[in-house]
Amino acid sequence: MTWVFDHLGLLGDLTVTHVYLSVLPVVIGLIIAIPLGWAASRWRPARAILLTVSGLLYTIPSLALIVILPALISTKTLDPVNVIITLTVYTIALLVRSIADALSSVPPTIVAAATAIGYRPLKRFVGVEFPLAIPVVVAGLRVAMVSNISLVSVGALIGIAGYGQLFTNGFQLQFVTEIVTGIVATLVLALIADLVLQLIGRLVTPWTRVGR
Amino acid sequence: MIEFQAVTKRFDDGTVAVDELNLTVDPGRITVFVGPSGCGKTTSLRMINRMIDATSGAILVDGKDVRQSDPPLLRRGIGYVIQQAGLFPHRTVLDNVATVPVLAGWSRAKARKRAAELLETVGLPATMAGRYPAQLSGGQQQRVGVARALAVDPPVLLMDEPFSAVDPVVREDLQNELLRLQGELDKTIVFVTHDIDEAIKLGDKVAVFRTGGILAQYDKPSELLARPADDFVSNFVGRDRGYRALGFLTASGLTVGEIASVQLGDTAGDARRKLSDGWIVVVDERRHPCGWLSADRLSGVDENATVDADLVMSGGSLYDTEHGSLRSALDSALSSPSAHGVAVNGGGELVGSITADEVLRALAAARTSGEVPQ
Repeated sequence: MTWVFDHLGLLGDLTVTHVYLSVLPVVIGLIIAIPLGWAASRWRPARAILLTVSGLLYTIPSLALIVILPALISTKTLDPVNVIITLTVYTIALLVRSIADALSSVPPTIVAAATAIGYRPLKRFVGVEFPLAIPVVVAGLRVAMVSNISLVSVGALIGIAGYGQLFTNGFQLQFVTEIVTGIVATLVLALIADLVLQLIGRLVTPWTRVGR
Repeated sequence: MIEFQAVTKRFDDGTVAVDELNLTVDPGRITVFVGPSGCGKTTSLRMINRMIDATSGAILVDGKDVRQSDPPLLRRGIGYVIQQAGLFPHRTVLDNVATVPVLAGWSRAKARKRAAELLETVGLPATMAGRYPAQLSGGQQQRVGVARALAVDPPVLLMDEPFSAVDPVVREDLQNELLRLQGELDKTIVFVTHDIDEAIKLGDKVAVFRTGGILAQYDKPSELLARPADDFVSNFVGRDRGYRALGFLTASGLTVGEIASVQLGDTAGDARRKLSDGWIVVVDERRHPCGWLSADRLSGVDENATVDADLVMSGGSLYDTEHGSLRSALDSALSSPSAHGVAVNGGGELVGSITADEVLRALAAARTSGEVPQ
C-alpha cells in the first residue's frame, strides 16, 4: 500500500491516459458503426458482408494489429494513434452487430406509422428508430467499453502508457505490488465505466421503466 | 375528393392485389372498404397516401394525382390511424399527438398546445398527457392514435383496421366516438375493416372487395343489405341481413301501447292489482325502467312487502322512441321476459310497450310505401 500512496501522481497520469485511450475509440467506433449497422439492418447482403468482416476483424490479435499498423498507415511505432485505431476497429466490430440487431428489433409497425404520418427517412432514423434501439445499443457499448479498458494495457508492450505500464514494469522488477495495483485499477475503472454507461442509458430511455 | 381511376396493383411476385379499381369517395363522408383477407382493401387504402404505389391507373386527391406529390408532404396532409394505434413508445402521449405539427414546422409550444386541445376532443383527460403509451389501455391508445391523425386538421383521414385489436365493448365505444367526432368534423374518412358489422355501422357508403382485388359492390349500407349484387356479397353480408336491415328503418310509424307500471317502494299488493297479462314494469323515482315483476314472482309475497331491487327481474333491451330503429324496437320485444318491449323517451323515462307484431306491421307498411326495397 505504501507503494501506491507514494505513486499517486503516477497512477493519476496513467488513469488519464488509460481513460483517454479506451473512451475515445468507443466514441469514434460508435459514430462509424451507426451508419454501418443501419446498412446491415436494412439490406440483407450488406448484413452478411458487414457481420462477416467485423467478425473476422475481431479475431486479429490486438498486439499484431498495433505492431503492423505503423507499416500500413506510416505512423510512428510509439504513436498512441496506433492503439486508438486498433481499439476503434474492435469497437466497430462489436457494435455493428449490436446496432444492426437493435435496429431490427424496432417494431416494423412503428416504423411504418412514422412513414405514414410523413417522416422522411433520415429524420425517422434520428427521431424514431435510433431512440427505440438505444437499450440494445447501450448493451453493446458496455461490452465494447469494458473490452477496450482491458485491451489498452496491451499498448504497454510497445511502450504506450496506461495501466499496462504497471504490468510491464512490475514484471521486469519482479514487483508483485505494482502488478496487483494495475489489475485492481483496471477492474475498478471497468466497473465505473460500466456503471456510467448504464446510468446514461437509463437517463435517456425513461419510457422503458414505466409501469401500467 | 378521392378518386380511383382504373387502379391496379401488381406485386413483384405477380399477385394482383387490386384489379382495375374505379371508385369515388364522397367528400365529408365515411367510406368503408370491407372484404376478406387478401381482397386488396388495405392495399387500396395505402395507395392513397403512397405507402404503396399503384402499378397503373391514377388516384386523385382533391383533383390532383398523388404521384405528383412528394410522399412525406402528401402524408402530412392526410391523417393516418393504424391497428394498435402505432404510437411511438418513447414519446409521451402529448408529444405523440404533437408529432405531425412539429414535422410540419410548427414551434414545439404551439404543437403541444394543439395536442392538448385534441386530447380533450377525443375524450382523454389532461392527466394522460405526460404518460407513455405503455401506460394506457388499448382503447386509450387508439384515441391517442386518432388525436395524432387529426393534429394538423387534415381534410382526409385514413383508418386501417383501427379498432380490430380491442375488445368488443371498447370497440363499440370507439365506433360511437368516431361517429360523434365525425358529426363535428366532417372529414373525408376511408376506413378499412374485415368486420361487416363495423362497416355497416360506420359507413355512409361501403365498398365490398372480393379476393383478387375486385370491387364487388359499392353502395349505401342499407342497399347492401337489401340488394346484394351477387352471391359473394350476400354471403359476406351474412345470413341475418334482413334483420340487420331493420337498423336502417326509423321506428317513427310505430304505435306505442299502454304499459302497467309500479314504482320501487310501492307495495307488492299495488303491483299485484295492476298486473296486465300477468306482468308489470318496475320504475325508479325518475320513471326509468328497472325490470319486470310477474304474477309468479309475486305469488307468496306479503301484501304489504315493498317492491325492491332484489324482487325485480331484469328486463330486456330498451327501445328509445326518439332515436331508435325498427331493429331496436323488435329487439326490445324479443328480449323482454314478458314479450312486451319497454319503450322509453329520449330522457330514458318509461312511455309504453311495443310488441313484435307491431314492429312487423310497421315493416309491412314501410314495404308498401316503398321505404323498404322489395
